[in-house]
This record gives sequence, C-alpha cells and structure tokens, in this order.
Amino acid sequence: MPRDHSDTNNQDITAIVMRHLGMEGPLLPMLHALQEEFGYIPEGARPIICDALNITGAELHGVISFYHDFRTTPSALHSLKICRAEACQAVGGNALSDRILAMLGLDWGQARADGKLVVEPVYCLGLCACAPAAMFDGKLIGRASEEKISKTLSEVGL
Amino acid sequence: MKKIYLPRDAAAKALGSDEVAAALADALSARGEEAQIIRNGSRGMIWLEPLVEIEENGTRFAYGPIAADQVEDLLAGKIKTLGPVEEIPFFAKQNRLTFARCGLIDPLNLADYGAHGGLTGLARAAAMSAADIVAEVIASGLRGRGGAGFPTGIKWKTVSEAAGPQKYIVCNADEGDSGTFADRMIMEGDPFCLIEGMAIAGLATGATRGFVYIRSEYPDAIEVMEEAVNIARAEGVLGADVLGSGKAFDLEIRVGAGAYVCGEETSLLNSLEGKRGVVRAKPPLPALEGFMGRPTVVNNVLSLATIPVIFEKGAAHYASFGLGRSKGTMPIQIAGNVARGGLFETAFGMPLGELVNDIAGGTATGCPVKAVQVGGPLGAYMPPSKFDTPFAYEEFDGQGGLIGHAGVVVFDDSADMVQMARFAMEFCAVESCGKCTPCRIGARRGVETIDRIAAGDATAIPLLTDLCETMKDGSLCALGGFTPYPVMSALQNFPDEFRATPANQAAE
Repeated sequence: MPRDHSDTNNQDITAIVMRHLGMEGPLLPMLHALQEEFGYIPEGARPIICDALNITGAELHGVISFYHDFRTTPSALHSLKICRAEACQAVGGNALSDRILAMLGLDWGQARADGKLVVEPVYCLGLCACAPAAMFDGKLIGRASEEKISKTLSEVGL
Repeated sequence: MKKIYLPRDAAAKALGSDEVAAALADALSARGEEAQIIRNGSRGMIWLEPLVEIEENGTRFAYGPIAADQVEDLLAGKIKTLGPVEEIPFFAKQNRLTFARCGLIDPLNLADYGAHGGLTGLARAAAMSAADIVAEVIASGLRGRGGAGFPTGIKWKTVSEAAGPQKYIVCNADEGDSGTFADRMIMEGDPFCLIEGMAIAGLATGATRGFVYIRSEYPDAIEVMEEAVNIARAEGVLGADVLGSGKAFDLEIRVGAGAYVCGEETSLLNSLEGKRGVVRAKPPLPALEGFMGRPTVVNNVLSLATIPVIFEKGAAHYASFGLGRSKGTMPIQIAGNVARGGLFETAFGMPLGELVNDIAGGTATGCPVKAVQVGGPLGAYMPPSKFDTPFAYEEFDGQGGLIGHAGVVVFDDSADMVQMARFAMEFCAVESCGKCTPCRIGARRGVETIDRIAAGDATAIPLLTDLCETMKDGSLCALGGFTPYPVMSALQNFPDEFRATPANQAAE
C-alpha cells in the first residue's frame, strides 16, 4: 500500500532514481520503484529521471505511456482485476465480470465515487486451470464467483 | 517428524492453500502434534488444489481438494486419501523430465534440490568445453519452448561464436498467453532448475550476465525467483566462480509492466533496456545484436529449465522421447472448460483428442467439446474433427495450427466462435506495439469487419479473409502475424456461425 505523499518532495524521488543508476537498463525498475512508493509516477519525477538518464521528456513519456502498469495519477485505494482472456471466457468469465460491474455500478477502469475501488481488466493471471480468475490487491482468487468476490470486498468494508 | 506438504503455488493459493496452511498449523498445535509443513510447488493437478500430501513411511498420500474447515477431519484421519500422489492416473501417465522436481521438493531448499538430481547437470557442464556443451544441446534436439520451436543449441552456437565484450543470457518469463502457466509453475515450484539452466547457457556461450524478465502479473513467481537467486549466489551456484569452475555467471530478476507484446523477444529486449516495448526488425538477430546491441541468448523459461535434465541424464536420453523432429517432452497446460485442468508433461506425439477427452476428462460442464484453442491467443481453434492430430510442432503446423507454448484451452458448445474471433482482433488491437501498420491498423479494422459480419453482412467475409492474409504476411512479429490463426480457424472450422447471423436468420 503506497503511503500518503501529499508532501512529496524531490529528495525522495532523487533517492529512488539514484538507487537504480548502477543497473543496466535502469528505467523500468526505477519507474516500478517510484510507483511502489507513491502509487503513481509523480509529474515531478520526470525532470529528475531525464537528467539522471540523459533522455528527453518525450522519450520518458513514450515509455511511461506504453506500459499498462504505469499510472500518472493517484489510483483508487483498492483494485479488483478480473481476467478477460480466453481460458476464463471458456468458463463464463465475461458473464462474471458483467455481473460484478453491474453490482458495483462501475465500468472498466472507472473509480468508485469515493475513490476506494477500481475494477480493471487483466489478460491472464496464469490461473487458467482454475478459471475464472481475479485478483484483489495482491490476493489471487481462483474459480472466482460473485460470492467469492463479494466476500473478499466485504472483508475490507467495500 | 511427520511431513505435510501443501503447495505455495499461485494457483493453490488462489484456491485457499494459505488458509489451509494456517488452519493446519493451528490444528496441529491444538492436538499437540508435531509435524513439519512444507510449502512445495504444485504437482500440476490443479483441479485437486489445495492438494495436501501427508508422508507415511516414505510414501506421500494425497488429499484434495482440502478446504480450511476440513483440516481437523484430515488430521483425525476422517478424510479418504486419493492414494499415493504419484499413482494418481493423471500424474502416473506423465513423463516428467522438466517438471521432475516440481511439487516434489521445497522450492527454496538447495540441499533438497541437490538431493533430487539438481546441480548434477551444471557440475557436468562445468567440466566440459563450451563447444561440447553446445553440441550436447544440439544433440538433445531441444527446440524453443516459447512457441517458435527454433533449435536451442543452434541459437547458443551463434552466440558462442559471436565476438563481443559482454554477452547475455535473457530468460523470457513474460508468459502472457491465456491458457499457459508452466513458466509460472516451474519458477514457483523449482526455481533453481531455471537458474541452473541459465548458468549452463552462460558456460556454453561465454555470457557472464543474465536476466529473467518476469511479467508483473506473477508476483509469487517474482518473489520465489528473487529469493532463489539470493540463495544461489550465497551458495556459489551463481557469482564469480560458478560451482568452483573458475567461470563467472550471475543474474538479475526484472519485472515487466503489463505489455503482452514484451513476450516477443525483441520487444522484451527493448523493455529490458528501458525503452518502449516496440518490436525490432530482424536481422540483426538478437543472438548477434541483442541486449545493449551485444550477443544475447533469449530463451523461454521452459527451454532453459529443460537444460539441467539434458546434462544430468544425457542428450540421448532426452532425445529418446518425442515424435519426428519434436524431440523430448512438452509440459502441456490444460485449461478452460475441463474436468481435470492442470499441467501434463508428456513426450511429443500424444493425439490432441486423447489429451482433451481422456487426460482432461472432457468439459467441466459435461457439455460436448466444441473447440480447443492451442497455443494461446495467437493459436488456432481446433474442432473435434482434428482431434487425431499428434501434439508436435510440424504435425500442428500441417493442420493450420501451432502448439505455441503448449496451452490447451477447451470450450464447450456454448462458445460463440464469432465473438472469439472478434476477441482475438480486439486483443491484438489493445496489445499491438504500434510499430507496423498491418497489426496496428489491421487489428482495429478486423474488429469492425467482424462486427459487420455479426450484424449479418456476409459480404464482409472475403474482406476479413483478405485482411488476415495481409496481417499474416505483412506484420513484423507474431502478434500481428499470428492473430489471423484464431480468426481464420474460427471462420474455416465453424463457417455456419459466421453466416447464421441475425439478418440471415431473418431472411430465412
């Protein structure tokens, strides 16, 4: 869980960036570490990264925007990912995600009004022999059902 | 002390194995019983997970699936065993070479690994010349398990003979294909096996550095691999002096960022370098100009994890399994709508129908099998009329399919093949890296064209066929180039569905 960084300062960002400089191909590990710390890639990190790696802002933006994982705005507090890939479709994955989205009154990627939950599609969690699959924050759910997912959500008061 | 095995594999966890482990520990202490709970990898019988194994007089008896609230009954002997785990028919019918230790040992216990044949191959390779190591891999007939099926030994030979101040071994663990989970299972269940295979690749090619690029959707695999690398380094399996050979090899775990296309080797290399995961045109081959423009072996997890057993038991032993030019064994992943889903490692050549009907027991719903998608999102939909096709590279190619990473996804008769074809195009559009036009634009036009067909416009069918030809011939990599496989196989094997659309029905 990322800690509160309303007082994000450049020293924190610089420390993370510097820690990765010795690596070969440091950019992805750096971005992962920043997102782990702040919950997203803060705007203020961009000039620091560009300076440290000697790349342009355009190049950096190209990388950040290419990968589904990287966010540029704070995310909802909790995330529910439901697999949309073929093996899950073979056992009713689409119907399951339709019902979950309807139950929560949300669309894919749309955060709940209180900012506490977002439901995102994922393409394969490697749980294809116990599909449909879902993941709530870090916790994997095999043979996912409306009941199992509702129970998981209610355990954290959602 | 009594030993109880319970998997830490992600699929077992997703079905509650952590909760079972906690309940077991509580129940044992409540009963005043002492037992060692070992969190092993999965045996691959996913429909039985969480699968508890209790060792009695050296035999491991299987119980499963076990829920947390059944633990008291389990310890009280009130639950019937499935028998010795290795005698369960699904398991007994396999030829486990690559997965020999997966589920058998504690994945992070190096001594346990060594006691079950681990490091024997590396020790043997360390005493061989680089050329002899390469010759052994060529003799084994091992082909790239990521899907392309290129001979692994030939790739190593190219890198071995290439000049460069630094060479690399890159393990492609970006297992994004739906229906596949063998890479995940071996990384979680026998991580040292992959490390050993990479170290042998290093000795063979003169590469001293390696990377395992694991997709971010696999947090458990990342955790186990990182821990295993630390242990291997501390014990001298990795580092400046690999097993006392005087040769250096070390590796790092890197994490992807949610891009399917990074499973393609050149876009993986770009991603590893910190760039957009855009495909590179070949040539130059990664073997000559790979990571940082230097000679690089890029191999799939399963290819590298099969190396140790080839050196432990000899190339001839490995090559004695298989069919035609498909030598050895393949860990086949059976998934989707099946009664018995899981990992089934067998010699190449088993007919597809035997896998689906006998091994997997048909569909979970009990309805007839309609189609089987083999090889992930880029693999063809095979109808039951093609079930006599032997599971092997050339044989599948001859039937307009591919084995890919050997994922088998079974669909029952409720599957809507027009929608499955549409999904293939939609997925390609979402995941296209954008570099080449046939893939970037073609996939979007493909979705629109299939929508026209679904709305009853049969004149769009030749257009779709033509578009697929263009994507197949004109795309830079397998994403755009192979998306036509699921689309065209759905169209060719289930033509009525593409014509029995609302408008046609209304006209009848």
